Amino acid sequence: MLFGDRAKYTMLVCGLSFCALLMTQQTSVFCGLLLWTTATLRNVRVPVWVADAKVEQVNEVVPLREIEVQRVRSIPGVEWAVPLFWNILQARLPDGTFQGVQLTGLDGASLVGRPSKMKEGRIEDLRLPSAVIVDQVAIHKFAKRGIDLKVGSVFEINDKEARVVGICETERSFLGQPYVFTTYSRALEYAPMQRKLLSFILVQPKEGVQIDSLLAHISSLGGLRAFTAKQFSKETILWYFKNTGIPISFGTVVILGMVVGIAIAGQTFYLFVHENMRYLAALKAMGAGFGVLARMVFLQAFTVGLIGYGLGVGIAALFGNAVLKKGEPPFYMPWQIMAFSGSVILFICLLSAFIGLVKITRTEAAMVFK
Amino acid sequence: MSALSSIEPTRQQPPAVLTSGLGKSYGKGEGIVHALKGVNFEARCGELMMIVGPSGCGKTTLLSVICGTLRNDTGTVHVFGEDLAKMSSGRLTAFRGKHVGFVFQQFNLIPTWTALENVTVPVLLTGGSRSQAEKAAADLLKEVGLGDKLKSLPSQLSGGQQQRVAIARALVHEPRLLICDEPTAALDAASGKRVLQLLKDRACRPDRCVIVVTHDSRIFPFADRIAEMEDGYIKAVHGPGEIQSLYV
Repeated sequence: MLFGDRAKYTMLVCGLSFCALLMTQQTSVFCGLLLWTTATLRNVRVPVWVADAKVEQVNEVVPLREIEVQRVRSIPGVEWAVPLFWNILQARLPDGTFQGVQLTGLDGASLVGRPSKMKEGRIEDLRLPSAVIVDQVAIHKFAKRGIDLKVGSVFEINDKEARVVGICETERSFLGQPYVFTTYSRALEYAPMQRKLLSFILVQPKEGVQIDSLLAHISSLGGLRAFTAKQFSKETILWYFKNTGIPISFGTVVILGMVVGIAIAGQTFYLFVHENMRYLAALKAMGAGFGVLARMVFLQAFTVGLIGYGLGVGIAALFGNAVLKKGEPPFYMPWQIMAFSGSVILFICLLSAFIGLVKITRTEAAMVFK
Repeated sequence: MSALSSIEPTRQQPPAVLTSGLGKSYGKGEGIVHALKGVNFEARCGELMMIVGPSGCGKTTLLSVICGTLRNDTGTVHVFGEDLAKMSSGRLTAFRGKHVGFVFQQFNLIPTWTALENVTVPVLLTGGSRSQAEKAAADLLKEVGLGDKLKSLPSQLSGGQQQRVAIARALVHEPRLLICDEPTAALDAASGKRVLQLLKDRACRPDRCVIVVTHDSRIFPFADRIAEMEDGYIKAVHGPGEIQSLYV
């Protein structure tokens, strides 16, 4: 019946598609954004991070004393512990303009925390004088200013020369600045003078060591806090939830999508039932019981729901495919988001069908003679 | 076949519908309307019974109670010996599906379904398979002269053709009671007579009862008996010998 009423059918499918699109796309951008906040953890890839006791998330640096590395190394159960410098510094480009970079100083001997994928050059060249490795975001950002950054290019950080010896690929971060990798000792040269400069200590536990007790042991040294990469990631995401307006902003759009979906689908479905009441009453008179009519109504509601959901999620996936190639805005669409959108659409369909069914149940079959 | 040469119902034939002291009211307090005031009515198997009377006299209410789409307040209604008041809502729905066929004034064909699909509905509702339903529907549509309109939508048919589809729908599951509410009201005189002739030819059988509510005196000659209603009562029942006086 509904599929023959093209106007209402189209309206319902469009309303539900819009709702599914808005919820899926916005939630995926939100999840992508949250994923970006923990990009450093995935770019550095070590199992245990040690930071100052006041640090709440990975994008926050409270510098430590160099001696802390030795203290952590002395703990039984630690296979190795290396220093990591991470901070945002200004790079001076050849044209005289400045660009913020996430300077990441790796332990010179082991190069622990090195980028996982080199596009050009060798990671070992980082040990050469003034050597830095930049990521694809740097290439993109510099290119926007007309600077063709490549292996051999030179720019300055804090008035000191930085020579590009390689180009790597990293996960983009929430802060938006490109990653520039160098050795820890050189990073300290680039960094402005401070009494304490160590950002994090990266730790590899010995095989068979209980991680929880190791973390507790490190934290008990005083002034330090140890996290597994997973814990640090969770803490970082929670920090952004609690301390920024991002969830409220995205949540509002998602709720708006739901409200629009409910309003359009509910009203259109109710109108459809209302306008077809004469035929539904005729079916009732002819012996269609509540079960048959309920199945008819639910089948029609779920069919438009499924089509609307498919279209909405499909368009969101196309959007995701397009932006992931471009690199921004962030987009991450795990199955849970599709399940969430599907559940909301299912709820809207159930509600719409229920409203229609209430109308049907309240109508006597005898109305067909009026 | 002429209109008056149908099966002659006899007193020996069992009553298809029997009501006694039937009462039905709408509303409450001062606004209460007594639509039926103790109606005693009988329609027998094999006859085409018409119920006539002015607007608001209770014809439609009586029809609704007889076919079980409305519950009576007082009195009893038996259809083929079954007391409708004693049936649960679900059983009453099933009873209607199995034993009652409907022809409505506005046809009530589902506009987005083809003629064939519309006619299959009662068979499907009584548990028949789709193939059974389609075969029975196609056969009946051919019998009512719409063999070439199986795939037509109601909007592609004339009023008379739509009512023939509705009659096919009412008969496809072989119901024993056929309820027709103003079946000619939306039709011109010629189409109306053709529809009644079709009802007379196709629906009147010794084991079946046809009840027609109408205002249309042009179709009175097709009736075996006519019950005349007024103000919630059956004022008179006219037998074959008296019908002519009602429309001449």
